Amino acid sequence: MEPIIIEGTPKTPSIHFSSKEGVFEIKGRSIPENSVEFYKPLVDWLEGYKDTPLPKTIVNIKLEYFNTSSSKCILDVFKKLEAIHKAKNEVEVNWYYEEDDEDMLEAGEDYESIIRVPFRMIEIVD
Amino acid sequence: MSFNIENYFADQMNGNVILYYKGNIDSVIINHVLDTVEDKMIEVNEQSKLRKKVYNVLVESLQNLYHHVDRVPVDFEDQSSEKFGLLAVLKVAGGYKIITGNFVHADNIERLEEKIKRINRSSQEEIKELYKFILNHQRISAKGGGGLGLVDIARKTGNKLDYTFKVYNEKYSFFYLNILVTEENDTL
Repeated sequence: MEPIIIEGTPKTPSIHFSSKEGVFEIKGRSIPENSVEFYKPLVDWLEGYKDTPLPKTIVNIKLEYFNTSSSKCILDVFKKLEAIHKAKNEVEVNWYYEEDDEDMLEAGEDYESIIRVPFRMIEIVD
Repeated sequence: MSFNIENYFADQMNGNVILYYKGNIDSVIINHVLDTVEDKMIEVNEQSKLRKKVYNVLVESLQNLYHHVDRVPVDFEDQSSEKFGLLAVLKVAGGYKIITGNFVHADNIERLEEKIKRINRSSQEEIKELYKFILNHQRISAKGGGGLGLVDIARKTGNKLDYTFKVYNEKYSFFYLNILVTEENDTL
């Protein structure tokens, strides 16, 4: 599978999904008006990866801001990862948040409570 | 009889006005507003915690307008704006105020008010659960909204949603949402 590499913009995050390394990263701001348009290709790509995943997949989420419309799309991404995990593959989500950003930590905990995949909450200290 | 929709704003402008906008809410305007307010907060060295909260709430307020406003009444002065809205951002003691205004068709008032009342009678813990429930169970609507904007605003600010409907004519009301964002959100 070809990797997905997308540069970040002021309203959309940078994406680096590599099936060769099994490392996926979403980083930056995710506040587009039309989040489905942005995330659908990622969800479709994960649907493909799901068929032949690596034994271990690491997902790094390093978001500074995301809007509520992205929050649903990010859940769709996690649901694909949950399916991979359910099929007896190792999946780990690293949820990064800045030290004073309790809202971002809580957002990670929301997903952790909905999705059956191990999460690690990682505080970024300046 | 119709009224001047800007009067309410004039009454609320008892702070340091950072931005006031009246007109079509499109993607370009949203970017411009976000950049302006963010730059202003950085310029005055606002603490990052408050800055992030304001930014987040501003994104949701603007995108609520973008996704949900009804068309303007036929006798309204501005017929060219497809998504007409009013927006003010003010610096007040301890935080920021974000005030939005938009037309709501009479048919949609009850549903919107019900939604707000449900949020306002919930505790902060219940709002958190409501957020998670909607996140997990509701799909993104045809209009592109996720149905989470107001819940998210209430959750992040920790304040009740302060709102008013003013009757414009028999078919329309004007809806004002007056959001206070302060650093601490334990007031609920």
